[in-house]
Amino acid sequence: MAPDSTTPPVVQLSGITKRFPGVVANDRVDLQVANGEIHAVVGENGAGKSTLMKILYGMIPADEGQMLVGGAEVRFSSPSEAIDSGIGMVHQHFMLADHLTVLENVILGAEPTKRGIIDRTAARRDLEDLGRSYGLDLDPEDFVESLEVGERQRVEIIKVLYRGAKVLILDEPTSVLVPQEVEKLFHNLRELKSRGHTIIFIDHKLDEVLAIADTITVLRHGRTVATVSSSDVTTAELAELMVGSELPKPSTEPRVPDPHVTLSVRSATVLGDDERPLVDAVDLDVYRGEILGVAGVEGNGQGELVEAILGLRALSEGELFLDGEQITHWPVRRRREAGLGYVPEDRHRRGLLLDAPLWENAMLGHQTQRPFARGAWLNRSGAREATAQIVADFDVRTPGVDTKARALSGGNQQKLVIGRELSAQPRMLIAAHPTRGIDVGAQAAVWDELRKARRNGMAVLLISADLEELIGLADRLVVMLRGRVTAEMDPSTATPRLLGSHMTGASADEQGTKE
Amino acid sequence: MSIRRVSLALAAPVCAFVFSIGLSSLVLLAFGTNPMDAWSEMLSYGTRLETFVETGNRATPLYLAGIAVAIGFRMNLFNIGVEGQYVLAALLAASVGAAVDLPPVLHIGLIIAVAMSVGSAFAGVAGYLKVHRGVHEVISTIMLNAVALAAVGFLLRTWLLDESDTTLNITTPEIAPSGWFPNLNKLVEVFTREISRGRELWGFILVAAVVGVLFHVFLNRTRPGYDLRATGLNPFAAAAGGVDPEATVVRTMLLSGAVAGLIGLPQILGDAHTYDLGFARGLGFTGIAVALVGRNHPGGVAVAALLFGWLDSAAPILDVRGDAPREIVSILQGVVVLSAVVAYEVVNRIRQSAEAREAAVASQQSLESVSRTTT
Repeated sequence: MAPDSTTPPVVQLSGITKRFPGVVANDRVDLQVANGEIHAVVGENGAGKSTLMKILYGMIPADEGQMLVGGAEVRFSSPSEAIDSGIGMVHQHFMLADHLTVLENVILGAEPTKRGIIDRTAARRDLEDLGRSYGLDLDPEDFVESLEVGERQRVEIIKVLYRGAKVLILDEPTSVLVPQEVEKLFHNLRELKSRGHTIIFIDHKLDEVLAIADTITVLRHGRTVATVSSSDVTTAELAELMVGSELPKPSTEPRVPDPHVTLSVRSATVLGDDERPLVDAVDLDVYRGEILGVAGVEGNGQGELVEAILGLRALSEGELFLDGEQITHWPVRRRREAGLGYVPEDRHRRGLLLDAPLWENAMLGHQTQRPFARGAWLNRSGAREATAQIVADFDVRTPGVDTKARALSGGNQQKLVIGRELSAQPRMLIAAHPTRGIDVGAQAAVWDELRKARRNGMAVLLISADLEELIGLADRLVVMLRGRVTAEMDPSTATPRLLGSHMTGASADEQGTKE
Repeated sequence: MSIRRVSLALAAPVCAFVFSIGLSSLVLLAFGTNPMDAWSEMLSYGTRLETFVETGNRATPLYLAGIAVAIGFRMNLFNIGVEGQYVLAALLAASVGAAVDLPPVLHIGLIIAVAMSVGSAFAGVAGYLKVHRGVHEVISTIMLNAVALAAVGFLLRTWLLDESDTTLNITTPEIAPSGWFPNLNKLVEVFTREISRGRELWGFILVAAVVGVLFHVFLNRTRPGYDLRATGLNPFAAAAGGVDPEATVVRTMLLSGAVAGLIGLPQILGDAHTYDLGFARGLGFTGIAVALVGRNHPGGVAVAALLFGWLDSAAPILDVRGDAPREIVSILQGVVVLSAVVAYEVVNRIRQSAEAREAAVASQQSLESVSRTTT
């Protein structure tokens, strides 16, 4: 059944805006989904896809904008209202009770009852009907803990259908699946579509999107960039839409070549819990006074590489050298003391003690060094003075150094973290998404500080999903894909199209089809 | 501003206490007793000098238990095993103390050292299991409590039993007077009237005070203390900041166990001089409540221990006068714990939003000053 263009769109979002402190996640986003189509929403991490879906599903309220479902204006204050309007969502991380059966999971919260008692016979009949008609074969009496990932996903889909959803939102459904299961999922989705359901599908794997979607909406930096029909577009064009077609002029000053290697990563391999490599034989050299940018869609091993360099994760193979010294087996503290700075990608999780005052946050990672400590004793006055200096130098806006870190806005928290790391004058700084989630003013300040530190001879490994940031700051760029370094390029000549296709693996696919 | 801070800090425990009194009064009314009579009875009995002495004696072990639990809490470790640690430590320390003959100060020092080492080592088992075998400390310490209590029961009836005792008491041999901790009656009587005979304020309360001060200094003034607190506040950020999470777990358990080892000593050194069947059990669990009410803060835990100690000391009068069952005090203590936890959370939220407002104002002001200087 072709998408029906005569009836009004089943979902229409217009001008949706959602602000979080210091960041606009959705900026007047428009999305129009026709009845009975598979509509993909694509974009990089942080482009605002998940926020938009959470708004549509009633998990968070929009600040501005209008939502029409089936032509009628709606305003959801909770997911149960969205469900009542026929919208269901399959989350990326499954929300199932492992110790209950498939049947119990499906009816959980929507149990059919007869005189106050759960009517298992009716529930079982309904479930088997659903399974048969959509080709979603599952044994209702299996325990969820015994199911494979693909089967669990089917339970989630049935759960949504059982509640009468006509519109299904799937948040990165393929990210947890192996290729054969992806095939099966796509088969199920086509089955659903043929029975009149509408599917909204979030992904950033472009080949998959083109294989399944009828229509594609691209988001970038919280804005709708384009809505295209999948028959009119190639992976390369999509990649360009995703990462942007105009890249900013590199504004970093030319680097005086310095042959001294500050950090050397030699065939580093990190294994995941399932023994599959998350970082796969990565070789990197970061030179003194250089910013090496690492581009890549999130989840391609950048985070694990950073943790391995810092010492939070063990290398299963490979070696690390800092200024020529072997540091592979050093504990974190020794690496930090040797001059390894770290700006974490998630400042709340890895960077701050939210319920401690600023001066205690400013010493984290440097608590063994002057002026924060003298031997085994803390130097409280020294630490407070040093913190006041950081607050002044890096323009952290706070009532004082005794304020709890939690009270500060995201941008000010980040300036504190950057200030803490840079004021210790590390030899090597690992900066993971240093400007994520902060406003434009704070972003420019962070960039200036990184440039200044680089001028003074600091080596920087910059991991970012923001191409503007990478191209604007880095002296060299590498791309990580599936745990490997797949490309190296000069930021002054890198085109967005090339970068985008390397990041999404589209270049490899194109070569594959040519052969 | 500091006045507001102090009043906010005091608001929570005061509200919790008033609420608990109110709720307990309702319970008393339901029993058909006039709550005012019961409370005034407790108040007049509870303000006698002898009751205060009793309060000090009861508060001392509770304080040590509260601190032992609080050390774990400060890094999000739930040491439920304080109970087993202190009972085992008390038995072994009493036995070693009875077996040796030393000059006074050394004798007491040895007993204290044995108690702390035993408590520490026994808690260390839970730390080791958590770090190397992934066993959650709540599970392991509960199990280890059972092990400790069974071991105590066995040892007391076999190898550590005082064979020379002819009264059929099940007890360890008595510690020689050189290992007795002097009481503080003389010191107290300088300021007050004479304490009635048979009442002694155990000198170990001074040791407890020193432990509290050391705990405060360690936590706030030393780098290992900072590492411990940082791990409690955010283990991931602490690890990225160079704190070894596994070593911190083991170190915290050892420290918590060492303080737990002291809990039984006020009674043994100050009064009983043996470990027998009359030894006070359950202090480790009460310590959890004391730490919760005291907010894991050395001063707060002291207030909580004194409150609990006073309630325990003043309660028996209710039975004597027949106004109410003394168990009403247990209800009161339970409600204090619950309502204190709730009240702290409420105050915490008020404080957080006030701070966030101040930070927003500061951010705004510096923006304005920037724009003033540029224009």
